[in-house]
Amino acid sequence: MPDYTLKIRRYDPESSGPAYWQDFDVDLPPERSVLDGILKVKNENDGSIGIRCSCQAAICGSCAVKINGVSALACNTKLSEASAHAGAVDGAIVVEPMGNMPVLKDLIVDMDAVHWKKIQRVVPWLLPEGDPPEREYVVPAEAMIDVTQAMACIQCGACVSACLSLEVDPDFIGPAALAKAYRFVGDPRDSHSEARLRDLAEDPHGIYDCTHCFACIEVCPKGVAPMDQIMRLRRRATGDYEIKDANNGYGHEHGFVKIVERWGTLHEAQLLPRSFGEGSLVKGQTKPAAVMQLIQALPTALRGLRRRKVTLRKALFHPKLPDQKQVRRIFREIETKEERLELNLYFVDEGGGAAEKEPAMGDAGAER
Amino acid sequence: MPQHDVLVIGAGLAGQRAALAAAEEGVSVGIISKVHPVRSHSNAAQGGINAALDPEDSWESHAFDTVKGSDYLGDQDAIEIMCREAPQEVLDLEHLGVTFHRNEEGRLGTRAFGGASAARTYYVADITGQAILHVLYEQLMKHSQVYRYEEWFTTAIVLDESGACAGAVTRNIRDGSMELFSAKTVILACGGNGQIYNPTTNALICTGDGIAMAYRVGAPLMDMEMVQYHPTTLAGNGLLITEGARGEGAHLYNAKGERFMERYAPNKLELASRDVVSRAEQTEIDEGRGFPDGTISLDITVVPRKRIHEALREIVNVGRDFAGVDITRAPIHVKPGNHYVMGGIKTDSDGATTVPGLYAAGEVACVSVHGGNRLGANSLLDTLVFGRRAGRHAASRSHEIAMPHPSGAHLAEEERMVAAVVGRERGGRRVSEIKAELGRTMDKHVAVFRDRDGLRRALRIVRRLKEQATTVAIDDKGTIFNQDLLGALELGFMLDNAECVVLSALERKESRGAHYRTDFPERDDEAWLKHIEVARIGGDPVISYSGVTMTRWEPQERRY
Repeated sequence: MPDYTLKIRRYDPESSGPAYWQDFDVDLPPERSVLDGILKVKNENDGSIGIRCSCQAAICGSCAVKINGVSALACNTKLSEASAHAGAVDGAIVVEPMGNMPVLKDLIVDMDAVHWKKIQRVVPWLLPEGDPPEREYVVPAEAMIDVTQAMACIQCGACVSACLSLEVDPDFIGPAALAKAYRFVGDPRDSHSEARLRDLAEDPHGIYDCTHCFACIEVCPKGVAPMDQIMRLRRRATGDYEIKDANNGYGHEHGFVKIVERWGTLHEAQLLPRSFGEGSLVKGQTKPAAVMQLIQALPTALRGLRRRKVTLRKALFHPKLPDQKQVRRIFREIETKEERLELNLYFVDEGGGAAEKEPAMGDAGAER
Repeated sequence: MPQHDVLVIGAGLAGQRAALAAAEEGVSVGIISKVHPVRSHSNAAQGGINAALDPEDSWESHAFDTVKGSDYLGDQDAIEIMCREAPQEVLDLEHLGVTFHRNEEGRLGTRAFGGASAARTYYVADITGQAILHVLYEQLMKHSQVYRYEEWFTTAIVLDESGACAGAVTRNIRDGSMELFSAKTVILACGGNGQIYNPTTNALICTGDGIAMAYRVGAPLMDMEMVQYHPTTLAGNGLLITEGARGEGAHLYNAKGERFMERYAPNKLELASRDVVSRAEQTEIDEGRGFPDGTISLDITVVPRKRIHEALREIVNVGRDFAGVDITRAPIHVKPGNHYVMGGIKTDSDGATTVPGLYAAGEVACVSVHGGNRLGANSLLDTLVFGRRAGRHAASRSHEIAMPHPSGAHLAEEERMVAAVVGRERGGRRVSEIKAELGRTMDKHVAVFRDRDGLRRALRIVRRLKEQATTVAIDDKGTIFNQDLLGALELGFMLDNAECVVLSALERKESRGAHYRTDFPERDDEAWLKHIEVARIGGDPVISYSGVTMTRWEPQERRY
């Protein structure tokens, strides 16, 4: 049997010493999991290694750790895979506690202090209108399947651990809690969609704090795609309720879309004023309140000019795409649709490829 | 000393449902769990929850299927209650926010399940247990008057001088402090004991803690010999492939390519009750018609791909991640594996045990609604209906009595016990060695087919292991998250469970439901249409019997 080395990050809160690395060799078949390896060591060599685990089948969400720097469930990661991407120079599989949460002992982190606090933040229970009906609520089948993607979340915290925005802004509500929020916003039985969206849009650490890095989607072991849920929250906030938030999330999205419609590519010099205002800076359509923010952004712009990252010419005269008409046609095509169609990767159709079924399967049902 | 009118131990579906029901009665409720509530093993219930909600269906039909499934060992009064209350329970869950599958009209839609005469299983893809568990936890977060003790390990139930339940001793896993809770009523809702078997579909936490703690304070256990082997588990690791797969139309084949269920259950085929299907599979394997790895094959490819991805998504993942098989394209090898214990702490239909103030609900309990064999998708129902009833009844009892003041001596005794384990010098076997031998023994001798010799051997081994467990030493000497210590305490609970299972299996000299004795291959209603109880009296297990409650269904021959 192959020999694997697990390099485990140890931390004993009862000693005065700092965290340290400890290597353990395990003989296990390659298809066994990293958790199997850790449990073998724990059972046979050192019972004091701390790791939460229970189901060993990727459903209880207990054993999320970082394996070779990547957040994952230990039970859901094969030793062979982990070894192929070994994090240490000597080929050892590096196992350490999740990020963005305080470590309590060895691989155990304080999820209450971060993850569950954020979940609690999004009012995580259904708020239906009035008394329930005698029978069930009648809602579109697609809507239930649509929110089942968010419902598939097992609260393992892998996305919280991997989130780059959280690293910069610890107050960011974060991917897991925002996916949980979509579970209610997208649920036709919930009567507080608009209030929820307004709350999450106005919060400076809310839906517009996500930087689109895809880390949460990559690490999620259940295909919840938290960032997709955040983007859906944004589209509902802007498209359905036109919530013009203090974070300029609405303005930014609106400006971005308008610029692409007009030039075909992103005209960076126009993006800032249009995000903060209603229109062109040159034509004086920018809101007075935005001017202050624009002035604050000036040093950055000047630095860019000085370092020749932009030139005045490029900044002011942006070329249009040669076939700009085609871009406008795409816009017209989409905007004249009666219902917004969304690609829901939770469905896979007969053909197998998720991308093939774009027109047929959407969460249109959830769009009322 | 924390005090609660109702103290719930265990926070899976039964525990959370009990806590919410008790809180609705306006009493003070605490809920303790050795893991965070959403880590509970209720998560693993994939297929769904049974209810005769469709106007075309009837609770009587559901009840009869359950009685027949139980091989007539289930108590029919309790089964009637469960099946009558099932539709409202499902509707209540729907109103709380469970994202149940809908049909084209947007109403609740069903799938077929084993042993049922109608498609009455309501579901959320194949994550039904998880979806309900997380929605109940949403409600717990909403009801802040329910005090949650997450990651607290209960070591013992405490009685007062009169023999009534007075609270529990627990250990806060995070800081290692021991605490005596006083409680007017305690509801045990801490699940089954699958870890006494290896392999098992059960999570590592399913160590029979509640069953053992109740047994240790004298509450009788019932039907403990009735251990369900699920027909479709992965060889090796024992992971579960939902019965929903067969409900959606998947077939079972032996290595010769025969759809062998045609011979065992010509009418229901793959959707016969679980004991029947597991026995059929084991027979095929034992008689040499299985695959070399001791399995038969489950072919899900007959189910349309879109439907698989929509309704069986989780097992697509399980197949891919844990068996390396794309179940939409190829059959997957499965075998019967330990899954559920029908037996447990004997309760009435309000969850009350024979110890005043002590309640039990869910897999830890034996009402008995499952008798000799539980139908798929009746376990979620059991947890919810009897969790709610236990919560309500415990709350109303707590209105009538004063807060007990359990003696601090109980706490001191548990602290001494813990200190002894932590302080013990290494000499004997490791916890993991004893646990592994226990698991192997149970899976070898107390499985689908049993006989006297095997059971007696198992009993000897279990008793030797109990002896060895008194000398286990642990590596972790700390207080914060000392999981090593918890493992040693769980081992003690497991061995008590195992002893009761083996003793009861030795006692039942007939074949009924999941209990099949090759030395007594027939059902014997004359002698054995009765429950076997085991209770600890004077330190030793003592067997007794009690009658099966019949309301309207006389025992018949069981055919599927």
